[in-house]
Amino acid sequence: MSAAATRVAGSTSGSSSGATTGYAPGRGIRWLIGILVAGTFAIPIVSMVEFTLRDGEGHSLVHWAALFDPANAQRYQPIWIGLGNSLALSVVTVAIVLFLLAPTMILVNLRFPHLRRMFEFVVLLPISIPAIVLVVGLAPIYLVIGRSLGTGVWTLAFAYGITVLPFAYRSIQASIDATDIRTLAEAARTLGAGWPTVLVRVLAPNLRPGLLAASLISVAVVLGEYTIASLLNRQNLQTALVVVNKQDPYVAVILSLAALAFAFVLLIAIGRAGRTGGRQRRKQSPS
Amino acid sequence: MTGNDTIAAADVATSDNSLLATRGAGTAVSFEGVVKDYGTTRVLHGLDLAIEPGEFVSLLGPSGCGKTTALRVLAGLEQANGGVVRIGGADVSGVPTNRRDLGMVFQSYSLFPHLTVAVNTAFGLRMRKLARAEAAKRAADALELVGLSHLADRYPHQLSGGQQQRVALARALVTEPRVLLLDEPLSALDAKVRVQLRDEIRRIQLRLGITTVFVTHDQEEALAVSDRIAVMHAGGIEQIGTPEELYRRPKTANVAAFVGLSSVLAAEIVQGVALVLGHRLPIIGEHGDGPAEVFVRPENVRLTPAGASATVQESTFLGSVRRTLVKTADGGLLRLQHPVSERVEFGEHVSVELLPEPVAVRPRES
Repeated sequence: MSAAATRVAGSTSGSSSGATTGYAPGRGIRWLIGILVAGTFAIPIVSMVEFTLRDGEGHSLVHWAALFDPANAQRYQPIWIGLGNSLALSVVTVAIVLFLLAPTMILVNLRFPHLRRMFEFVVLLPISIPAIVLVVGLAPIYLVIGRSLGTGVWTLAFAYGITVLPFAYRSIQASIDATDIRTLAEAARTLGAGWPTVLVRVLAPNLRPGLLAASLISVAVVLGEYTIASLLNRQNLQTALVVVNKQDPYVAVILSLAALAFAFVLLIAIGRAGRTGGRQRRKQSPS
Repeated sequence: MTGNDTIAAADVATSDNSLLATRGAGTAVSFEGVVKDYGTTRVLHGLDLAIEPGEFVSLLGPSGCGKTTALRVLAGLEQANGGVVRIGGADVSGVPTNRRDLGMVFQSYSLFPHLTVAVNTAFGLRMRKLARAEAAKRAADALELVGLSHLADRYPHQLSGGQQQRVALARALVTEPRVLLLDEPLSALDAKVRVQLRDEIRRIQLRLGITTVFVTHDQEEALAVSDRIAVMHAGGIEQIGTPEELYRRPKTANVAAFVGLSSVLAAEIVQGVALVLGHRLPIIGEHGDGPAEVFVRPENVRLTPAGASATVQESTFLGSVRRTLVKTADGGLLRLQHPVSERVEFGEHVSVELLPEPVAVRPRES
């Protein structure tokens, strides 16, 4: 069979096996597109790396080493405080997602399915509201929170709990849609399980990919958040970076690179979390 | 599921099986005037049903008749809007599902995907705070009862549909529940496995003596396994009785139409007797004189040298018998069952005779 005939067979059968069809770009065009896209992302990152290696005369790791030099501890202290705050905020935000959002979503799906559309609208709303507008509404609320719960930085997690809602909701809902949670919950109930057991021992393990992805996305959003913390006068990683950038632009860029790398690792982890269930299933299924 | 599996299920349950050792007298269940509404739609209209201890009762009816709702109310998965549900004489209306001590097998596959067959089976025992080792032993006994001991370490997605439902049955039975609830557990299975598992369920139920409520829309299934069948229609029970009673003496036209195969023929009721194709047939129940329709079972019609004339429309070979559809002189379609040796051809003129068995009657639609 000729190459042309193979191509026709591939395209008419609608095969997804990777056979070249008449509409796919040629190999050269594909490489060109790949290089352009990779370059678009790589150029600023490589430039950042190059910038952090400058030492006036040439290139060295002097700025990287300075970050960990005990002599500079005082100078960079805001960054470590900001990083600590952001990590603490991540933990509280993830707790809000896992212990408030996820059970509420399960409740809505099991007991109040007619409310699902409205619930979805409400949780997706924050994505359409700019953070600065959100702060205008949050400021008076934080006055009350300040009086009742104190002005600790961790209270920012309430605001972050709102900003991560759309992302966390989508991840968890995808897992809920892929699982017959009603039947699983009812089966567990008839076997004697109370609701906490149903949630923790039956539903959570089956919604694990969605819960994990929601948690990781929440961490990524919290670590990258600047506007709300800045306008509510709280210190987190991003506000600290802005402060330090005014004194030492090199270390600010180094930490931005570290944040990028962390986000990259998180994305890979999310991807793996989503695929783990399917791969295990394939591995174990009899053939 | 293989044929060998089924044979194993029947034979392997040994006398030291803890499940069999605890065979009890069963528990009575009753619905008393149970009402259930979904919004403005009433799906159960004051349901009354008393189930004896150890009895196997099927709720049979078409989609939307309320049979699954009744089962879910009994399980506590739905709250009734009125009436009382009793298990063992006690009103359980306010008791949550997890404290009703029931076993239930669902229509859709309900095994927990992240747990092995053994852990799935032991789940109910662990909920009852049984020690892990004791729970594992009893789960193994339950799996032995359904002939699946060799699959204890598999995950649900590694099992066929029939195997999954048998594990679900073992999981429901292992806690020795007071009542076993079966919500169309066979409907997702193919025909052969359905019959095998149906018979297996009945065999196990008889051995354990557990009160069982079986919801199905398949009348053949209900006739095959039940002590009694409650035929439901529009949120209530139209007739309850043994399979034989329902088949031979259906009280209403709905029951006659739903249970077993019938031909509907035009008739004239005169003084409690139906005049059909020149025959006089006794009728079931009371019916005023006038035009009506009667339900005639295929086995109550036979080919005869001298009878009502009819024309053969189709004839189907069913192995042990042949079923033939004929058109009578007045245009009615009549199905009859006859020996395979009596061959008829399409278009052939034949004579048929109706045996004088009681027939169900309904008013003739104008």
